[in-house]
Amino acid sequence: MNNTTIIPLFVIIPLAAAFLISLVGKFIRRSSETIIFISSLVLLVFSLYARFLLNSSAGKIMIYKIGGWAPPFGICMVLDGLSCFMLITVNLIAFFVAVYSLSYMEQYTDKPKFFTLFSLMVCGMNGLIITGDLFNLFVFLEIASIASYALVAFGTEAEELEASFKYAIMGSVASAFIFIGIAFLYSFTSTLNMADMARVLSNKQNEWVIPFVGVLFLMGFGLKSALVPFHAWLPDAHPSAPASISAMLSGVLIKTLGIYSLIRIFFNIIGPTQGYLTVLMFLGAISMIVGVVLALSQWDLKRLLAYHSISQIGYVVLGIGLGTPLGVLGGLFHLFNHSVFKSLLFLNSGAVDYATGTRDLKETGGLGKLMPVTAKTNLVASMSIAGIPPFNGFFSKAIIIIACLEKGNFGYAICAVIGSILTLASFMKVQKFAFLGEIKDKFKNIKEAPFAMLFSMVCLAIICIFGGLMLIPSLRFFLDDAVAVILKGTGYASVVLEAAAK
Amino acid sequence: MRNNPETGMTLIVKTITRLTVGLILLFGIYIILHGHLSPGGGFAGGVIVALSFVHLMLAFGKDIAVSRVSKNLASNLESIGALMFLSIALLGFLGGSFFLNILPKGTPFNLFSAGIIPLCNIAIGIKVGVGLFAIFLALVVLERSK
Repeated sequence: MNNTTIIPLFVIIPLAAAFLISLVGKFIRRSSETIIFISSLVLLVFSLYARFLLNSSAGKIMIYKIGGWAPPFGICMVLDGLSCFMLITVNLIAFFVAVYSLSYMEQYTDKPKFFTLFSLMVCGMNGLIITGDLFNLFVFLEIASIASYALVAFGTEAEELEASFKYAIMGSVASAFIFIGIAFLYSFTSTLNMADMARVLSNKQNEWVIPFVGVLFLMGFGLKSALVPFHAWLPDAHPSAPASISAMLSGVLIKTLGIYSLIRIFFNIIGPTQGYLTVLMFLGAISMIVGVVLALSQWDLKRLLAYHSISQIGYVVLGIGLGTPLGVLGGLFHLFNHSVFKSLLFLNSGAVDYATGTRDLKETGGLGKLMPVTAKTNLVASMSIAGIPPFNGFFSKAIIIIACLEKGNFGYAICAVIGSILTLASFMKVQKFAFLGEIKDKFKNIKEAPFAMLFSMVCLAIICIFGGLMLIPSLRFFLDDAVAVILKGTGYASVVLEAAAK
Repeated sequence: MRNNPETGMTLIVKTITRLTVGLILLFGIYIILHGHLSPGGGFAGGVIVALSFVHLMLAFGKDIAVSRVSKNLASNLESIGALMFLSIALLGFLGGSFFLNILPKGTPFNLFSAGIIPLCNIAIGIKVGVGLFAIFLALVVLERSK
C-alpha cells in the first residue's frame, strides 16, 4: 500500500456505490441518499488529497499498474497535472449536484435508480480521466454516455424520450467514429497504452494514418463535446433531463468526454500540428458565435442555457487551439469556470422549475422577491458567464482574448468579444423576465427552494466569486501543472514510461 | 411447465423447447466455466444462459418465464454480479494491487487453474445473463400506459 493506491479508488468508489444503491435502495429507506452523499463527499476529498499527493511526488506524475502488470503490457492509470485538474472539477460539481438532487429528485419517482445511474456516470468520467490506456478510455466513455442517455430520459415523457433517442443515436455515431479511430491506431502501432502509442507514433513514418485518424477523432469527440457542426443533439438533450443532470451534462460531461479526450489524444498521443490547431480554433470560433446567436431567441430557460453551453465550449476550444501557454491556460481556466457557473445556472433553472412548475420565460417574472437566494445566485452566475469583473468568467475570457491578440489572431479576438457581449445581452433577458418585474398572480404563493438545493447553489456562487483567485501565484500550480502536461505534447510518452519503469 | 394452449406457440414448438431448453442452459454454463480454457467466457456464456430463458418466454408466453426469474430477482442478481466482480478485483489488494491474481494459478489447461479468472467469468456470467434477460423482460412487460 503506497500513495498510488488512491488512483483506482476513483473508479472503485462510484462503481461500488452504484450497485449498492441498486441493491439496497429499494429495501432500506433513505439508504440511497446516504450512500450517494458519502460516496460523492469521499470522492471530492480524495480528489483534493490526490492533488496534495501529486505535489509531493517526483516529476508530478503518479502511475498505478492494475494487477501489477507494467505498461505497455498491462493497463495503467496515470495521474498527472491535467488528470488531477479534471478530477477535481468533476468531483466538485458531482458533489454539489448530488446534494442538490437529494431534495430536487423528490418530484420524480424511483430515486435509487436515479442515483445508480448518476454514480455510474461519475464512475465513467473519473475512469476516463485517470486511465492511461486508449481502449479503457473508450470503455469508460461508453459507461458515462450510456448512463447519460438513460438519465436524459428519466422523466419518461414523450419529449424526454425523443430527446434521449436523438442523443443516443448521435452519441452512438460518435462512439463508432472514436472506436474506428482507436482500431486504426491499434493496427498501426500494435499497442493500446497511450504512452507507448505516442512513442511508437513518433518513431514510425506514415502518410495517411494520422490525418485519417485525426479526422475520425475530431468527428467523434466533436459530437461528444457538441462543437458547432455537430451540436444538433445538445439543445434537445440538456433541457429534457432533470435539472441536476443538465448541470452534470453541461458542466462536466461534455468537457470530460469531449474536450479532455480530444486534448489527451491530439496533444499527448498524436502530437499537435498547426493544421489541427487551426481547425480547433476555427470550430471554437464558429461555436462561440453560432451558439450565442441561437441562444438569443430562446424563451425556454433551459434551452437558452443549453445553447450557451455550445458557445462557452467554443471559448474553451479556441483557447486550447491557440496552442500557446497563455491560450491553453485561458482555455483550461475557462473550462473550470464554465463548469462551475453553468452548473449553477442549470441548478437555478431547476429551482425555478421546482417552485413554479414552468421554465418558460414569458410566464415567469418577479420571482426575485419570493426566491431571493435563487435570484442572487443567478445574478452571480449570469455576471460570471457574461464576463463581468471581478467574477471568474471575466479572468478566463480576458486571458483567452489576450492570448489571441498575442498570437496575432485579431479576428478570433473580435469574435470572442462579440460572443461575450451577446452573452451579456441574453442573460439580461433572463434576469429581466425571470426575476425582475411584477409577479404574476398565480405565482403569489410560491416558496423558496429547500435547504439542500440552496446549499449547493450558494456554494457554487461563492466559487464563482472567488474563482479568479486561482490566478494568484501561490495557487496557480493547479492550472499550471495541467498546462504543462498539454504543452509537453508527445513528451508525455517518455514521462509516463519512465515513471512506470520505477 | 404446464401446457396452457391459450398462451405461447404451437404444441410442436413447446415440445421441442421443453427438450432443448435445459441443454441450452447447460451449454451456457459450460461456456462460462471453461472461459479460461477455450473460446468464450463470462459474456458469451451469459448471453447463452439468457437466451435459454428468452426461448422459454417465446414458446410458453411471458408468465411462465417470469415465474422462473422475476423482475426483482433479475435486477438484484444483476447488482450482485457486478458487486461480486468488483469484490474479486478488490481482493487483489490483499496481495498489494487492484485486480492482482492472488489465488494459486494451478497447471494450465486444468479446469481448476488460472486463479481468479474463472471466478471473474462466473460473476460476469451472472451479470450478463440476468442483465440481458432483464432487458428482454422490460421490452415485453413494460407497455406504454394508454
